[in-house]
Amino acid sequence: MSEQDKKQIDAATGVEVNAHEWDGIQELNTPLPRWWLWSFYACIVFALGYVVVYPAIPFRHSASAGTLGWTSRGELKKELASAEIARAATVKALADTPIEAIDPKSPLMRAAVEGGKAAFKVNCVQCHGSGAAGSKGYPNLNDDDWLWGGNLKEIHATLEHGIRQPGDDATRISQMPAFGRDQLLTAAQIQDVVSYVRLVSRQDPATASAQQGAKLFADNCAVCHGTDAKGNRTLGAPNLTDPIWLYGGDRASLTATVTNARAGVMPAWGQRLDPVTVKMLAAYVHSLGGGE
Amino acid sequence: MSNHANRTGKAGGLYARRPDIFPRAVDGFYRRLKWAVMAATLAVYYVTPWIRWDRGPYAPNQAVLVDLANRRFYFFAIEIWPHEFYYVAGLLVMAGIGLFLLTATVGRAWCGYACPQTVWTDLFLHIERMIDGDRNAQMRLRNAPLSVTKVAKRVSKHSAWLAVGVLTGGAWIFYFADAPTLLRAFVTGTAAPVAYSTVALLTATTYVFGGWMREQVCIYMCPWPRIQSAMLDERSLIVTYKDWRGEPRSHGIKRTEGVPTGDCIDCNACVQVCPTGIDIRNGPQLACITCALCIDACDDMMARIGRPRGLIDYATFEDCEEERKGAPPVPIRRTILRSRTFLYFGGWAAIGIAMAIMLGARTRLDLSVGQERNPLYVQLSDGSVRNAYTVKVRNMETRPRPVRISIEGLPGALVWDSLSEESTAAQSLTLTVAPDQVERRRLYVRAPRTGPQPADFRFRVTALDPQGGGDDDAARFDRPETLR
Ligand code: SF4
Ligand code: SF4
Repeated sequence: MSEQDKKQIDAATGVEVNAHEWDGIQELNTPLPRWWLWSFYACIVFALGYVVVYPAIPFRHSASAGTLGWTSRGELKKELASAEIARAATVKALADTPIEAIDPKSPLMRAAVEGGKAAFKVNCVQCHGSGAAGSKGYPNLNDDDWLWGGNLKEIHATLEHGIRQPGDDATRISQMPAFGRDQLLTAAQIQDVVSYVRLVSRQDPATASAQQGAKLFADNCAVCHGTDAKGNRTLGAPNLTDPIWLYGGDRASLTATVTNARAGVMPAWGQRLDPVTVKMLAAYVHSLGGGE
Repeated sequence: MSNHANRTGKAGGLYARRPDIFPRAVDGFYRRLKWAVMAATLAVYYVTPWIRWDRGPYAPNQAVLVDLANRRFYFFAIEIWPHEFYYVAGLLVMAGIGLFLLTATVGRAWCGYACPQTVWTDLFLHIERMIDGDRNAQMRLRNAPLSVTKVAKRVSKHSAWLAVGVLTGGAWIFYFADAPTLLRAFVTGTAAPVAYSTVALLTATTYVFGGWMREQVCIYMCPWPRIQSAMLDERSLIVTYKDWRGEPRSHGIKRTEGVPTGDCIDCNACVQVCPTGIDIRNGPQLACITCALCIDACDDMMARIGRPRGLIDYATFEDCEEERKGAPPVPIRRTILRSRTFLYFGGWAAIGIAMAIMLGARTRLDLSVGQERNPLYVQLSDGSVRNAYTVKVRNMETRPRPVRISIEGLPGALVWDSLSEESTAAQSLTLTVAPDQVERRRLYVRAPRTGPQPADFRFRVTALDPQGGGDDDAARFDRPETLR
């Protein structure tokens, strides 16, 4: 870049020509407007102020505090606290009202269902699935088949005290005998009982085996499942005549059930969650479509 | 005073100071046209929110209202819901094509006359002239030492500018809330903080853009000049200096000396009136917003020296070439009526007509159905199967409407909603949708265990009031593949 290059002026425009040249094409030196420069300085000043006022410089275990003392965690805490205040009235009303006394169409019930929906996602989906559809051994909460009762009060009791949950005196307990393992019935007899169950659930036609099974059923199973095999909710004994099966209604599953018995366990949520959350969960489960 | 060289500053240096521009007042045909356009645009802007429009008890009575909280847009008899936003998209496309059309025919008329930046800058310049006087007085004042008068003039000018800024920002917020209510709240200090901050922000931008930035917005910040210069062609109108007529320039004295001279007397009037501070005699430039004030200034000069008007004039490039060869000026309709403008106009009008037809035919009751997928179906103890759906019924009328939701094409199906017992299941259910609301319900449908898997059917909503009408939406019923 020599002295002469610097002084070169473009004849057409009267503007200085930049020293750069590419294949004979030269560039006019068109300066930026000054306000542009000042805007740039203003941005730098703003950035410096930002660094001072807000946390900005990362250290090994934390970041600079910033003179405002602002943190995103603090912000969250504040928002949670204000949400807590906003919810207070609803929470109190829920705490004060017995679950069965809440009007199903009231805003309070709607709030309870929404709260329960959130609590369900945290506590219940591990077993019952995110849509509460359950899986083998874990009941589908959308249907209208309830082992221990499906009205609000009963759902609430199941949630609060669990099923076969040790450490809760009010938990509901029942025990199905392991007819095969404990040699109460022979393998052939078990097959007959299975045939009978498949007959009453309208899966198989009547056979001689089912006839045998009918007698065995009356002697061994009807105590809990009822003479009509429609179950007994006080004992959590399932209805065997409907098409809903917790452990499967096919021959192999039924054989396994009668041989080894079934005894699902549900935690007593009253021990882990606050009473309002348990109520909200009950409201949500009841709202899924099968509530009674 | 300002050609390309001064605009970009003295040679050397990376940053150039903005040259002060003191546009002189001018009168003439285009100046009056600009006054008229300014009056019309400002009137539309300030008056529109105050027009009332009776919509009955359930909707606001403001003719033009952007109701962000309730997500409604009211425009006289038209009400736009969020899902109808394509009307707004359509308007934007029309605005785009409209700009093509305008630019292809009359050049940068938008820039010169209707652009808010131009309108408000013009207003600010006018206020400046009322306080500081015209160009020469302004220049004297700039160079004068600080005095009581100077301070007083500066203070009153900037206060006046700020006042215009407040009015501008203040008018904007009335588009978003009931204007009389908001004005009362605003004055008594009870309006929402967002109202005050919006007014503050718009006051600041109006003041800075209209008072300080002015032509720099057009030159450095606005993308239109770049786009528009690409849309101009040799048959678009632009402001042109007819150099074959004007050159060589002369001063009055020289004209008598027998030297051949052009019509331009080098009086610099065209430069002094230019709000962007350019010399149009240097040829078409990006900074020229085609406000035509230089035409007025030069026509005035031509009248004084007894020469025909139009040394600087609106002309197309093609016409200029013709005229240079001695042809008479071309009538303006040839600029407007040509295939390119017809094409733009056709596209522009087609969108407008399509939107008008859709607006006329749109249904005011709308149904949309979403199937619950988790779980897809529920086996019930009586052997039947249940599916759940989230159904939204939109009532776009401003009165409550009773409607019936029914099921078509799913034999044996019964429906009930999550607010009622399963025992109420029936072939249809009725409900009332509040005015201007979306009613969102979870519906259960129970159907026999056997049937096509999956079964396609439809939900239909029928208005039960005399006006009638309705809508339907497709849905799907799922059943278990096998018994579990
Ligand atoms: S050159 Fe003329 S038309 Fe262009 S901006 Fe200046 S006064 Fe307006
Ligand atoms: S106003 Fe007309 S006569 Fe005067 S300098 Fe400009 S072009 Fe020439």
